[in-house]
Amino acid sequence: MQPVPEQAGVLAGAPSPRRSRVRLWAGGNLADRAYAAVLLLFGLALPALFAFIFVEITSAAMPAIRAFGAGFLTSREWDPIANQYGALPFIYGTVVSSLLAMLLAVPLAIGLAIFLVELAPRWLAAPIAFGTELLAAIPSVIYGLWGIFVLVPWLREHIQQPLAASIGDAVGLFRGPAYGASILAGGVILAIMVVPFVSAVAREVLAAVPRDQREAALALGATRWEMTWQVALPYAVPGIIGGAILGLGRALGETMAITMVIGNRPDIPTSLFQPAYTMASVLANEFAEASGELQLGALMEIALLLFGITIIVNSFARLLVWRVARRAGKR
Amino acid sequence: MSAFSFRERRRRAVNVVMLGLTGVAALVTLVPLLLIFLHLLREGLSSLNLAFFTRVPAPPGQTGGGIGNGILGTAQLVLLAGLLGLPIAIGAGIFLAEAGESRLGTLVRFVADVMNGIPSIVVGIFVWAWVVVAMGQFSLFSGAVALAVMLIPMVTRTTEEMVRLVPRELKEGGLALGFTRWRTTLGVVLPAARSGILTGVLVAMARIAGETAPLLFTAFGNPNWEWRLTQPVASLPHQIFQYAISPYSEWHRQAWAASLVLIGLVLAVNVAARFFIRSPYRSR
Repeated sequence: MQPVPEQAGVLAGAPSPRRSRVRLWAGGNLADRAYAAVLLLFGLALPALFAFIFVEITSAAMPAIRAFGAGFLTSREWDPIANQYGALPFIYGTVVSSLLAMLLAVPLAIGLAIFLVELAPRWLAAPIAFGTELLAAIPSVIYGLWGIFVLVPWLREHIQQPLAASIGDAVGLFRGPAYGASILAGGVILAIMVVPFVSAVAREVLAAVPRDQREAALALGATRWEMTWQVALPYAVPGIIGGAILGLGRALGETMAITMVIGNRPDIPTSLFQPAYTMASVLANEFAEASGELQLGALMEIALLLFGITIIVNSFARLLVWRVARRAGKR
Repeated sequence: MSAFSFRERRRRAVNVVMLGLTGVAALVTLVPLLLIFLHLLREGLSSLNLAFFTRVPAPPGQTGGGIGNGILGTAQLVLLAGLLGLPIAIGAGIFLAEAGESRLGTLVRFVADVMNGIPSIVVGIFVWAWVVVAMGQFSLFSGAVALAVMLIPMVTRTTEEMVRLVPRELKEGGLALGFTRWRTTLGVVLPAARSGILTGVLVAMARIAGETAPLLFTAFGNPNWEWRLTQPVASLPHQIFQYAISPYSEWHRQAWAASLVLIGLVLAVNVAARFFIRSPYRSR
């Protein structure tokens, strides 16, 4: 998991365009050179560790990669007894639950950010911001516990059953039976967990919108909302997209909470109320009991896929956020 | 009524409605927070007593028992992870602060940020393949390695930031006095950034203390007290997970209570880091 963005300072941490005056590498006496070498070693430790993670997981996944090839990605069969493995249900569950979470979380997070930056007086904004930070600090397993015993029963009784009974036959997405533990429950718990991260970035980029832009809009007679919607938001959009993708990366890799509420059935659900399975969940549930080279390899390949997807998503988000920060820094 | 005033009224109405909706969004975000705390207190508070903190879990079906070994295990894991990870993380953070503008520095910073996003379960599996397979069994040591892998990128970035917040004049003053570079960093810059770095370390330690997924296949869990590095060890989050998915209502009760303890620990550290230890150079 990542540290709370507020504390990590998503924008503050981006590389500053200013070059430091003192060069670490230029000359110096013996002790300074040794110091520079030691620092370099520490610095290189991270890329080395990263590469090592990749190599280690890839080599463990090789048996499955050799046995199934690209068919691993498109097969929906997951049968340890017949030793047949396909990852499609897990890829599907991960992607759909995360997208569902983003669908719920992004509007909420943007609304929250606008409220905090544009509207709320300080005495109200500070405790709310603190509350969202707390939300980000709650361990995943506690979300899962709350999900099992509070959220899932509530969703079953107050959302799934009424919807399935009334429009379930007409709208496939809401078709019963209402299982409770479902891809919907997974999406909702992910949304709750991701909102603080997206809104923290959205807040930071909104707050970075220059004051004169806002004042110009207000002076032209715009209402406060028009100022926000037509002037501040467009200015902040690239950063907000970056924050949303950062949140998506978190949702894709989230393990404990979603494992506890999504139902863990390796099928492709046709209704939001059916159980599903995610890549992270199948790893959490089956890895300890995996027997045989092929099953272990298949699970390792899923880990490799999850690793690859989150790396791509996170890299993209970082580059976007950095670009925005650099632009803000130039001002 | 003129068309102009109709338009005007519509604009005002949109203004009020949309701004109202942002307030609703803020409210909706906070509802789960309140509900989670409410349920933790309601379901967990009554189970807290001395025995809960000092005993090991009772066998299924029996009442009583505690999470003492889980608390100890989490403390052991987090401290050992700190021992393993913090030197690397703080060193890499100083590297980024000193040489972060170079191409290599940009690469290291980017890798640190991306590593922050690696799913914790993948870290657990990596350490399983690396350490657990080599040792031949689940162990406290492998659990601590997994947590250290999570700790390193977090602390690297906060350390870099905190070192960067130290005014350049301070560093230049040290150099101007004839200090060598390493003495300037260790004797002038780091002490000035100390409280900020400590805050980052505390927050990161609190975060890894709540992690379950990296421990599933490394520390594994243990129903008893354990001090040996080479043996599986219990942890608070893992016990909560096992209790929560068990069929016993007595264990569910204990899962709530253990969650209350865990969140108390995590939040106490976060709040302390936020209010009591502040970098003097931090503007916010």
